[in-house]
Amino acid sequence: MRGAVATSATRVAWARRRRAVAGAWGDYRRSRTGMVGLAVLVLAGLVALGAPLLADEAELRAVNAIDNPSWAPPSEFPPLGTDNLGRSVWAQFVWGSRISLLVGLAATVIAIVIGTVVGVSAGFVGGRFGGLLMRGTEWFLVIPFLPLAIVLAAVLGPSIENIILVIGITSWPGTARLIRAQVLTLKERLYVDRSRAFGASNRHLMGRHILPNVMPLVLANTTLTVPIAILSETTLSFLGLGDPSRASWGKMLEEAFHAGAITREAWWYFLPPGLGIMLVVLAFTLCGQALEAILDPRLRERRS
Amino acid sequence: MNRRRVIGKILASVGTLLFVVVFNFFLFRVVESDPVANLYRGRNLSQEQREELRREFGLDGSQAEQFARYVVQTAQLNLGRSYVSNEPVASEIARRAWPTVALVGVSALLSALIGILIGIVAAWRRGSKTDYVSTGFTMTTYSMPDFWLGMLLLLVFAVGLGWFPVGGIADPQTGGGLERLIDQAHHIVLPAATLTLAYLGEYALIMRSSLLDTMREDYLLLARAKGLRDVAVRNRHAVPNALLPVTTLLAINIGFVLSGAIAVETIFSWPGLGLATFEALSGPDLPMLQGLFLVFSAAVIVANLAADLLYSYLDPRVRTA
Repeated sequence: MRGAVATSATRVAWARRRRAVAGAWGDYRRSRTGMVGLAVLVLAGLVALGAPLLADEAELRAVNAIDNPSWAPPSEFPPLGTDNLGRSVWAQFVWGSRISLLVGLAATVIAIVIGTVVGVSAGFVGGRFGGLLMRGTEWFLVIPFLPLAIVLAAVLGPSIENIILVIGITSWPGTARLIRAQVLTLKERLYVDRSRAFGASNRHLMGRHILPNVMPLVLANTTLTVPIAILSETTLSFLGLGDPSRASWGKMLEEAFHAGAITREAWWYFLPPGLGIMLVVLAFTLCGQALEAILDPRLRERRS
Repeated sequence: MNRRRVIGKILASVGTLLFVVVFNFFLFRVVESDPVANLYRGRNLSQEQREELRREFGLDGSQAEQFARYVVQTAQLNLGRSYVSNEPVASEIARRAWPTVALVGVSALLSALIGILIGIVAAWRRGSKTDYVSTGFTMTTYSMPDFWLGMLLLLVFAVGLGWFPVGGIADPQTGGGLERLIDQAHHIVLPAATLTLAYLGEYALIMRSSLLDTMREDYLLLARAKGLRDVAVRNRHAVPNALLPVTTLLAINIGFVLSGAIAVETIFSWPGLGLATFEALSGPDLPMLQGLFLVFSAAVIVANLAADLLYSYLDPRVRTA
């Protein structure tokens, strides 16, 4: 009997969630900028996933490019010309998109997980423990992000795992503060009081009421953290702290700069990676803003 | 704001600074590294020479002794010696701070000024073509890696058109006095333009949304009802109030921009703290990095404190809260 009630309660909850998601998607579709951003992201995802179809990975190695002309403009070596070693810029661009997106997404996952755990515990538990957590968060908010990431990357050594780790563990404090504020208001809602009065445990409250309700905010925040992580990867790679063995858009810019692409006016070498970063960052920001607008009724009102 | 709150805020900042000092020590001991072995690799050093060098770099004694010495020395503004130049880190940082302060000062002011103007126009004419164009422009510059923007400016204005030098702070051949100043002004244009363009988007977006919030306030309705002209309502009533969050952003940003210029200074060979960071990375020159990290963090802490105090001075609502 009890099992049947639980199942139907779960089913009701799931049906409700499905409706909410469908409603949110309907709202999202009405945002033109949000849809443009989504389209760009889908395209970038296709390029990254389809890299083996678009360019041969062997073209990335200088050994295989000995016969190519160096510094060839796109007209001589389609589609995007070659670099100082004769390597195809197009191949680097296509394969670099994988690393840039991977680092951006993976670092964001780390940042969001830490930020959500810290934010939810600080908000839900509160008291001295919560205060202490927030004190620590504020300390990390004050430490300038880029120098910290640079120092960490320099101390840990350049590798793709380290760069993900470094960006992840320097990007969480903002999320933690945002989530905590949301949890604090959720905690005071009537349905949480009611559930507690019925004898719900902290675990039940957390799993059933708090977490499901902060998830939309977490999603919007994720979409807005990815672009920052991608820009950080670009800067760190440009400063020579990226993985030396793998092409990323940031690393392309580093190599182009140090090979003297600017004085040679080899625009085809450093224009594509920069444009790629710009478009992906812009697209994530547009999607994040569209999501935020759906979640925050105050913004929605302003928009209309 | 009463005195107790001011003192409380200052004490909190001092606490944060102490945290950074302690954190800085352990950050650089995450990995075991022996700089003496790294720097003098391939050279024959006797055991005594080795000990001597370790003492010189402050690497002798137990961790606790090193920590105690580090705290005392940092309090005396002694940040150790650079592994590369063997100069005191503190004097090297002091020497290279001025180019950065000049560059960041100019671009912070310009980006705030231009960004605020763009934000005002966009918000006041919300939904118009101007709004779309300016918001699109600011979102785009905001999405670019700042140093890539610098590379584009270099390509077009220094290499292509030849209007500006490709890097450095001054031509070594120019004389002194006014001539030198003009030469430096000529050199600062491109890096300052890069940072200005990279940062004005943030000001424009914040000013726009702040002004949109303010525009819904009742006192603006009242101002209009009194029969004030549109321009007067905007300049006398809406903008001053909407400027509040932007002033805080400006104060905080000045702290952050100091470190944000690392890649841009590298592109333009601008001999400030950012380029010093880049140079310290290839060693790595750990004492230099450690000192730079401390300075960058202290700048943000001081800027945050200034923003806090400024905000509560400007906004009476916060003062009483």
